Amino acid sequence: MSSTLYSPYWRGVRDGLPFLLVIAPFSLLFGVVATEAGLNVFEALSFSIMVIAGASQFAAVQLLQDNAPTIIVILSALAVNLRMAMYSASLTAHLGAAPLWQRALIAYLTVDQSYALSVATYEKEPDWSLPQKVAYFFGSVTPICPFWYVFTVVGALIGNTIPPEYALDFALPITFIAMVAPMMRSVPHLLAACVAVTASLFLTGLPLNLGLMVSASLGMMAGAQAELWLERRGPGVQT
Amino acid sequence: MSETAELWLVILALGIGSFGLRFAFLGVIGDKELPPWVLRHLRYTAVAVLPALVTPLVVWPAANGGELDPARLGAAIIALIVSVATGRVILGIMCGLGGLYGLLWLLG
Repeated sequence: MSSTLYSPYWRGVRDGLPFLLVIAPFSLLFGVVATEAGLNVFEALSFSIMVIAGASQFAAVQLLQDNAPTIIVILSALAVNLRMAMYSASLTAHLGAAPLWQRALIAYLTVDQSYALSVATYEKEPDWSLPQKVAYFFGSVTPICPFWYVFTVVGALIGNTIPPEYALDFALPITFIAMVAPMMRSVPHLLAACVAVTASLFLTGLPLNLGLMVSASLGMMAGAQAELWLERRGPGVQT
Repeated sequence: MSETAELWLVILALGIGSFGLRFAFLGVIGDKELPPWVLRHLRYTAVAVLPALVTPLVVWPAANGGELDPARLGAAIIALIVSVATGRVILGIMCGLGGLYGLLWLLG
């Protein structure tokens, strides 16, 4: 690796490393839940390698356990992952010019943490070249994705020896809150989040997790409209 | 269909489908210019999707039978305040988890 890529790669590793504290318990919990639902270690690991998306994996195992029809299991778990298409579109603005094999690998490794870290850092480092951005992305997933697999196996092996008092279920919401709060650096960002939160409370009853998609779309529209409105008010307004 | 066959069908379909969703734009659009109005919406993807994902989990946590849980709500508020005030993600997570265990112990 040349020296100009060395630094963004390691910065990505450093930025991604703390998420190990979240990834480890979360994938451990998936392993536990999967074995409780009757999956063996190999099946649980295959789930984590193929799907590599926590919320969606939990949704699928939960529905399998409830004996939901196969097609409903698949559609619901994919609906939880629809946000990945939004991440993909958002990353395209930064990484779209990379070679196809790199884009395919980036797509496979697009998770909430790598997406959020990369987009936040690209905005801070507008002078980065494409290879530097790609290096940072791969750096950010280095401490995340391998451990997603490893701790799934650990969780599946120790099975249900973790007592529910540890409340590992809530590691995910807390992580996402802490990740997203520092992104509220302008009025449109804040407005987008407020609209999405409010809509999600009202639309939670929609089938197939569609509430998430509709709420997120409304939030994005609110942010975009607020940005336009501030622009029209003329220069000098801090957005 | 046997349970094992159904499980593997779900794993394969989810694997292919999830990759498809992640590759949809990155793979197909590539370095073609996106129109400004699309980029304007995409800037707000993360701040719209993540809060919309989290809010129902905070208000109606499955671990509490889908009922509002003061400990979990309190922990979420602590994580929010700390990460907004300091801008430090990991500190927010640590304080949120600390708050969760503290509140579960206090209220439990």
